[in-house]
Amino acid sequence: MALVNTAVTTAVARPVRPGEAVGLLVYRNLLSYRRAWFVFATGFLEPVLYLFSIGIGVGRIVHGFEFNGEAIDYRDFVAPGMVAASAMNGALLDATFGFFFKLKYDKLFDQMLATPLTTLDVARGELAWSLLRGGIYSAAFVVVMLLMGLVGSWWAVLVVPAALLIGLAFGAVGMALTTFMRSWQDFEYVTLGMLPMFLFSATFFPVTAYPDWLRWVVECTPLYRGVVLCRELTTGALSWGSAVSVVYLVALGVGGLVVVRRRLDRLLLK
Amino acid sequence: MSDQTSMISARGLRKSFVQRSRKGPGIEFEAVRGIDVDVRRGVAFGFLGPNGAGKSSTMRMICCVSPVSGGELRIFGLDPATHGPEIRSRIGVCPQEDTLDNELNVWENLYVYGRYFGLPRDVVRDRIDELLDFVQLTEKAQAKVDDLSGGMKRRLTIARSLINKPEILILDEPTTGLDPQARHVIWDRLFRLKQQGVTLVLTTHYMDEAEQLADRLVVMDKGVIVAEGSPRELIEQYSTREVAEIRFGVGENEALAPKVEDLAERVEVLPDRLLLYTDDGERALQDVLGRGLRPETTLVRRATLEDVFLRLTGRSLAD
Amino acid sequence: MATPMPLSGALRLVDYWAIVYKRTWKGGVITSFVTPFFYILAMGVLLGDFVTADPAQLDGAPSYLAFIAPGMVAVQAMTIAISETTYPVMGMVKWQRIYYSMIASPLSVGEIVLAQLGFVLVRVLFSCGVFLAVLAPFGVFESVGGTLAALPVQLLIGLAFATPVFAFAAGLDNESAFALIFRLGMIPLTLFSGTFFPIGNLGPVLEAVARVTPLWQGVDLTRMLVLGDVDWVWAAVHVVYLAALAAVGWWLTVRRLTRRLVK
Repeated sequence: MALVNTAVTTAVARPVRPGEAVGLLVYRNLLSYRRAWFVFATGFLEPVLYLFSIGIGVGRIVHGFEFNGEAIDYRDFVAPGMVAASAMNGALLDATFGFFFKLKYDKLFDQMLATPLTTLDVARGELAWSLLRGGIYSAAFVVVMLLMGLVGSWWAVLVVPAALLIGLAFGAVGMALTTFMRSWQDFEYVTLGMLPMFLFSATFFPVTAYPDWLRWVVECTPLYRGVVLCRELTTGALSWGSAVSVVYLVALGVGGLVVVRRRLDRLLLK
Repeated sequence: MSDQTSMISARGLRKSFVQRSRKGPGIEFEAVRGIDVDVRRGVAFGFLGPNGAGKSSTMRMICCVSPVSGGELRIFGLDPATHGPEIRSRIGVCPQEDTLDNELNVWENLYVYGRYFGLPRDVVRDRIDELLDFVQLTEKAQAKVDDLSGGMKRRLTIARSLINKPEILILDEPTTGLDPQARHVIWDRLFRLKQQGVTLVLTTHYMDEAEQLADRLVVMDKGVIVAEGSPRELIEQYSTREVAEIRFGVGENEALAPKVEDLAERVEVLPDRLLLYTDDGERALQDVLGRGLRPETTLVRRATLEDVFLRLTGRSLAD
Repeated sequence: MATPMPLSGALRLVDYWAIVYKRTWKGGVITSFVTPFFYILAMGVLLGDFVTADPAQLDGAPSYLAFIAPGMVAVQAMTIAISETTYPVMGMVKWQRIYYSMIASPLSVGEIVLAQLGFVLVRVLFSCGVFLAVLAPFGVFESVGGTLAALPVQLLIGLAFATPVFAFAAGLDNESAFALIFRLGMIPLTLFSGTFFPIGNLGPVLEAVARVTPLWQGVDLTRMLVLGDVDWVWAAVHVVYLAALAAVGWWLTVRRLTRRLVK
């Protein structure tokens, strides 16, 4: 008892290390979700429902699908697309609506900056939480795929890290964009960006459905890179293109994070 | 209680903002225009002034969440630009608007916040017990923040600001918007902290709050310091001992002011009444009545910081 | 019904909602119009190329595009109704507390609810109207009269979702439960109510479940009308079902909101 009391009087507050800070922010989010566990638990449902509806329901009336030159079941085609798309959706929802709310309404970051935490700690911590959540959902989805016999290669184990990469890229870029938003009305643009990516990034049909010029545009979008990366992993058809996708997504993530840090400095430290 | 260690020192401190407009160049706005401040260990230091005087901007600079635009600022002898996290780990901040975490309960708010200061878990837990007791919220430990009253939220914010055993506690308008009873509870807690030797820095636009809590005061107006001293000194220097307030009918106050001008050292004309500054208020009042004037109401009172402020700025604090 | 239709009071709220509409219509217009359009383009046109165009497999529709078009219109009516009665209602109760200022005037709870439902229906009317008009040139509607009749049906679908969700939102303390409405209600309904594929593909058990959902009732009714192939008995069942749902929802909404506002 005496020992504890000594600690109470002698423990001195100090700046926390970056890793520690990330852990603390993740812990804070975990606590806040404890009261809304059902929101957390149902988060992984969406891609599963899409898989059942489009992949299987619509799949029964779809024919003639090919990937990398080989015939493929429609459900095998859609499933990896759903992992990638849900990694994007989850990351973007956290990074846009969630982040905006904490920034402008909850004043959560103002509170944190009254402590030794820095804006970079805030950016990294929020992103880490979003990735952790996304990672759990992706892992759950891979298990569903496995149970349904939709996994054709051991490479599929890497789908979870691939989904994390997608989350990193969209989370960081999404947070960066959010720092420029003035009101909820601006979120219209988020929907306007997300929805076409979700529908047109070779998630439900191959890029061969497009004319050549449009195909090039689609192939340059980040979600397309993520979808193809996941599909290459679940089918085992890896190529140099996979490496390009990885580099592309990492670059987006790092670039986004740099912008977020700068913008948070401008917004919160004025 | 106070010693000579300088906790906060500012020399020619400035803060300006560029207000960007969509068209044309931004307009520069100077919130703080070169102030000198010295806060010594153990004192309760007040910044008094109306809204927009530059108090909050000064506080934000001291809290290291607002870069200094000019001049020099040192907290514990450290530069906020280079030692932000170090400084922040040694100060406690109670901001003007509560920034409590609505998604966490009362106990969790304190716990998570304490952990941001790098304090070990068991230390934070013990301190929470202590602090909840101190701000009389022990029974509310598991309550949602949303369900607390305004006064309770304020007390929780104060408890939170003490979790790191700060050497300086910064309070930006600690009792604005609270009912009188809640204000007295907070003043009592702050007074105890002061007795424990915590350096308090507070801003307020309530003169009674400044008189209750502050050993030393600066009066700010339009970004500059217009006076400095203890509350007693300021009143002695800028006001008379007593004030006679007289109220005539609606619209007559200004017209009748010249008739009483010579009865006091100074007369202030307010929209709804006249203030006669004199060391003997009763006497001045008798003189007014002796001239055949019939005010609707009269009041003789001691001078307060409100009068100091009126004298210094020509405006009342509430404006 | 427990409360008489309080029309005259609701009319006094028209100006309030007109101002809200003027301020917010731009915000919703892009998403509420572009979203279904993108779905039509992606699924109906592009994925449609890979789908067997056999009316026997598509509940009588001549192409996949013609199959999903009426479904998307009904989904649109549902989506608008739900999104207008979740967060906006919570805002009126908890954040901006506008209901409290309304109830402080001579207006009754029934009048307040009616006026807001009127606003929701105007939103449904405009966006489903525009949507139907945009789809028409694609040649996906077989019957002109049926397509015109489909518009009031969208109002009925909107009402059948708006009142129950309104009732749910009116008594809610915390907005996080809305996530459940979207994830466990709206999304599964959108995906499995005969919108993207015939419910016959679900297997007998799930097909029976799908038939009981209000969205399938609405989708089937809309599809019959625009394809000009109406089974009048089924149509009557759909209308009665949706109207009953709207009525029960109305009664619950007034009850729950009264309990919330008048303590």
